[in-house]
Amino acid sequence: MSGEGQTSGEYIQHHLQNLTFGKFPRGHEHAGEWGLAHTAQEAKEMGFWAIHVDTMFWSIILGVLFLYLFRKVAKNATSDVPGGMQNFVEWIVEFVDGTVKGAFSGRNAMVAPMALTIFVWVFLINFMDLIPVDWLPQVATLIGHHLFGMDPHHVYFRVVPSTDPNATFGMALPVFALMIFYSFKIKGPIGFASELTLHPFTSSNKIVQLLFIPINFLLEFVSLLAKPLSLSLRLYGNMFAGEMIFILIALMYGGGLVLGLFGGVLQMGWAIFHILIITLQAYIFMTLSIVYMDLAYQTGEEH
Amino acid sequence: MNINLTLIGQSITFAVFVWFCYAFIWPPLVNALAKRKKQIADGLAAAERGQHEQELAAKKAAEQLKNAKGQAADIIAHAQKRATEIVDEAKEDARSEAERIKAGANAEIEQEVNRAREHLRKEVVALAISGAERILKREIDTEAHASSLKDLAEQL
Repeated sequence: MSGEGQTSGEYIQHHLQNLTFGKFPRGHEHAGEWGLAHTAQEAKEMGFWAIHVDTMFWSIILGVLFLYLFRKVAKNATSDVPGGMQNFVEWIVEFVDGTVKGAFSGRNAMVAPMALTIFVWVFLINFMDLIPVDWLPQVATLIGHHLFGMDPHHVYFRVVPSTDPNATFGMALPVFALMIFYSFKIKGPIGFASELTLHPFTSSNKIVQLLFIPINFLLEFVSLLAKPLSLSLRLYGNMFAGEMIFILIALMYGGGLVLGLFGGVLQMGWAIFHILIITLQAYIFMTLSIVYMDLAYQTGEEH
Repeated sequence: MNINLTLIGQSITFAVFVWFCYAFIWPPLVNALAKRKKQIADGLAAAERGQHEQELAAKKAAEQLKNAKGQAADIIAHAQKRATEIVDEAKEDARSEAERIKAGANAEIEQEVNRAREHLRKEVVALAISGAERILKREIDTEAHASSLKDLAEQL
């Protein structure tokens, strides 16, 4: 859809901008008022007090879809011969349960449901990436233009919440918070502090050990902070890159019949390959969350 | 990629979803799975038990059959033995009866013989007496010599 008076750069920019609702900053003509940002610049200037409507919309819709489907099955769950949908849900539940039992050694009834939520939710969110990049934004543009009287060029719409770091951090931070919480709860403040300060360098000499504390703390603290960062940035990076490729392929449709057909083949190939990536990313996010929770439960000195 | 309120919104959404899953989705599903696992295990155990019982029953039936066969053989052997015995007894009875009859017949014959002998003796005595009477005629008084003649008759 690069043909509507947009340059390729503008097309890409348009696709990478969230629909942002926030408070217009000082100096704006509507300063102090709340509204949708018309440009990327405006969205940026809104600062922290703004919300990505598209990200929230799709993640909540998909999350509710997941919860609704699973709840429907859970309510009618029978130990007799399961139906098709129950079979499918049980397959996922058993898969997640097996992964949790394999990786998580502590006793916490919350880890498995959390892993299930992460796996299915992230998968569904990532799945949005397989829908051709212009379909939903075009629908949004039509709705925005005809129902709300917006300038079509100002209707930004990103349909893959995991290409928004807010969404990936929004999942990684609660996991990290739980990890810290259980670290404190299981090991106690002193146990947790000693884990952060007495490794990896140890010495039998008390004074040398005291000197090691800041070095250990620096190393351990960085590795601790790296956990939520790697968790969320891995998902964000993979999905962002995947979406970017879809956008670049979509640009080819404006380049004539031959290039367009070639782009169609490319898009199909990349989409098939992407099925693997979205599943893998959902699985990795889930597994790493379980492993981090397991680390919080480990009281031994084995690392 | 601006970090803004969306982050907090997403975190809250995530927490709510996890809580909902924890409260309403995970337990019934896992319970159903555990229950089914138990049912299957019970079913398998019952099947195994049934098979075991069937084996035992078959073994028992075979044993009973063997016993019955043994008993039947015993009964037949016993009956055969008894039959032989009865035949033997009958033979013995017949033999003794025959013996008895023979003995009776012998006794009767002896009696007849004795009787005939007695008769014959008397005849001979009478003949002898009549002979002697003829020879001696008047010389011999029948009455007077009766006792000596009787002695003579007895010695014959």
